[in-house]
Amino acid sequence: MGRTGYRYLAAAVAGCLAAGAVALPAAAAEDSNFVPLFTYRTGPFSGSGIPIANGMRDYLEMLNQRDGGIGGAKIAIEECETGYDTKKGLECYEAVKGKNPVMINPWSTGITLPLIPKAKVDKIPVLSMAYGLSASALGDTFPWVFNPPNTYWDGLSMIIRYIGEQEGGLDKLKGKKLGYIYLDAGFGKEPIPMFEQFAKDLGFELKLYPVAATDMQNQSSQWLGVRRDRPDYMVMYGWGALNPTAIKEAVRINYPMAKFISIWWPSEDDAKSAGDGAKGFKELNWHGVGTDFPVIKDIQKLVVDKGLSQVAKDKVGEVLYNRGVYNSMLIAEAIRNAQKLTGKKAVTGEDVRRGLETIDLTPARLKELGMEGFTDPLKLTCSDHNGHGATFMQEWNGEKYVKVSGPLKPMTDKVEPLVQSAAKDYAEKNTGWPKRTEVCDKAS
Amino acid sequence: MTILYAIFVDPFVQMAGAPDLLVQALWDGLVSGVLYALIALGFVLIFKASGVFNFAQGIMVVFAALTLVGLHEKGVPAFLALALTVAVMFVLAVGVERVVLRPLVNQPDIILFIATFGLTYFLIGFGELIFGGNPKAMITDQLFLPRGVVDVPMLGGMVSFQKIDIAAAIIASLMVAGLAVFFQNTRIGRALRAVADSHKAALSVGISLNQIWVIVWFAAGLVALAAGIMWGARSEVSFALEIIALKALPVLVLGGLTSVPGAIIGGLIIGVGEKLGEFYWGPLVGGGIESWLAYFIALAVLLVRPQGLFGEKIIERI
Repeated sequence: MGRTGYRYLAAAVAGCLAAGAVALPAAAAEDSNFVPLFTYRTGPFSGSGIPIANGMRDYLEMLNQRDGGIGGAKIAIEECETGYDTKKGLECYEAVKGKNPVMINPWSTGITLPLIPKAKVDKIPVLSMAYGLSASALGDTFPWVFNPPNTYWDGLSMIIRYIGEQEGGLDKLKGKKLGYIYLDAGFGKEPIPMFEQFAKDLGFELKLYPVAATDMQNQSSQWLGVRRDRPDYMVMYGWGALNPTAIKEAVRINYPMAKFISIWWPSEDDAKSAGDGAKGFKELNWHGVGTDFPVIKDIQKLVVDKGLSQVAKDKVGEVLYNRGVYNSMLIAEAIRNAQKLTGKKAVTGEDVRRGLETIDLTPARLKELGMEGFTDPLKLTCSDHNGHGATFMQEWNGEKYVKVSGPLKPMTDKVEPLVQSAAKDYAEKNTGWPKRTEVCDKAS
Repeated sequence: MTILYAIFVDPFVQMAGAPDLLVQALWDGLVSGVLYALIALGFVLIFKASGVFNFAQGIMVVFAALTLVGLHEKGVPAFLALALTVAVMFVLAVGVERVVLRPLVNQPDIILFIATFGLTYFLIGFGELIFGGNPKAMITDQLFLPRGVVDVPMLGGMVSFQKIDIAAAIIASLMVAGLAVFFQNTRIGRALRAVADSHKAALSVGISLNQIWVIVWFAAGLVALAAGIMWGARSEVSFALEIIALKALPVLVLGGLTSVPGAIIGGLIIGVGEKLGEFYWGPLVGGGIESWLAYFIALAVLLVRPQGLFGEKIIERI
């Protein structure tokens, strides 16, 4: 090829790129709403990231297939692979923020934290569903951040409540020893202030077992520490490869599984890989597991069976898949509310922020969504961006998770003061943190 | 005084007070150390033969294990999958020699080092494309690897030996011994050592560099496969294994980049050192020191012996 040939080739490539650039923001198309999904189907955390990514994507795709999107506007879905890496997450954010995203779902506490100050500036709300900064539940201080239906501090208080029930009262925790094994990152460190407060108030001893991301599959030292310290209960905030390894190690040292309790993130595979010894392992949850819900049936029929999903058919209905579905249901409800509030089909981040503040999942609404019996009602307001609902404890029986408790409510009297003071601290430490100026919609 | 007591006295009181836990920590450290040594050996073999620091050694561990489990998932019987994985590692070695090393021969070492970064990302992407990114369970039973725990009462307590750890220690030791014999006492081994001493001198006596590179990369692939099977059986086969493989770096710093015994002894020192450090001294600073303690140990040794424990002392006239 001569020099002219190369020029033509270069021009053609440049032309294709330019055409692509014009075509790319399907996001900005008139009758669609752009929903970027920050996912991780690769890397050390893919074991947790894949089912969630599948659930989130499949629910939105189901709405596109069944209803033509939301309120007559298609949903433009675009995944950005973060690998659960904060740097990559921020690159994803920069890549999508110019395409009029209706909101960001970081799916990482580490990515959420630097996005909190950006949200108001860029007018893009952040939905960190049951993760992220616990204090961001306060809508008056954090009008652009939402973390329903529970914070990590709520989660911890519910675990403590459950342990108290097992022991015959919270006062029985006095003199006990509780171990905390966690991912030594923003996520795992988040509940520590609350845990220390509980230890002080209830008189138990707290033992910390941090696990670095580099050692998620190499936890023998931590579990040897557990063997030495003999905690009465072990609490876990783990993610990715940390969870299955921790369960295996607990089995290895014969730790009583009935006293090993996790926040809501372990999957079926995490427990299954430890064999029969994992029976009795427990975790919190707030939604249904399995496929016996109309919404899941619709996803199977309209997305999975048509080959529009990446999920293996037998993985539909698993804990983290359904978690992803729940997350996308919140996204869709917020868009729907925004459309109602503004009368527009294609809405903006500003509109959807208002939509999030007006989420009101009544039993009737959940039934309309095909989620009757799937989860509890949830109402967000301008000041409460969380809902602080009840969860329940589920137990691994060797084949699946089964519900083993009634509703567990967060200990608001313990959590709320800490949330208030943490939010105040955050605003003070971040000089110039703006006072809320966003108006509150009536529905809220 | 309290701090000094906590650092210099209390850990030893604990060791004496619960010797079974000390034995357990030593055993856990030895098993980790043997596996670190196995990974480090892959680095050393390639560095000795080609002067290339193979950044892709970690992902080769994942890729080998993923290929084995992935093939089995696709219906290939376990031992056939194992044989096919060995074949895949051979093809990879030939591919690396043809596509990466041969075109870059005579280029500065840093170019070859960067090329192994490229190889890393290729293997990550290729592995995920073929087998998916989700973690998989190692086919422990199908490969007749033992499961379960042997609890041995001793020293007034109990020491637990995971059967898979015992197998890992035996297999890794046999592999290390086999490789040592192969490289010390065979014709190819002598050729490898000649290449390691001087590429030009080796070429002048008729040793084929290309052939040696293929053999060495293949040996590193086999070592990666063994390490992948053992780590995978202890936890799961996932891309998280790649970060564990980076633990071999302080082993190399400690043992020296060119020494096979250094990789083995360095692996054991790092493995045992980090377990004892985390268990006895970690609580003093809130735990979680294992991730950096290995580097600290390696750096402390470097202060005394800059070439590592067994590395060659390089003296250059300037």
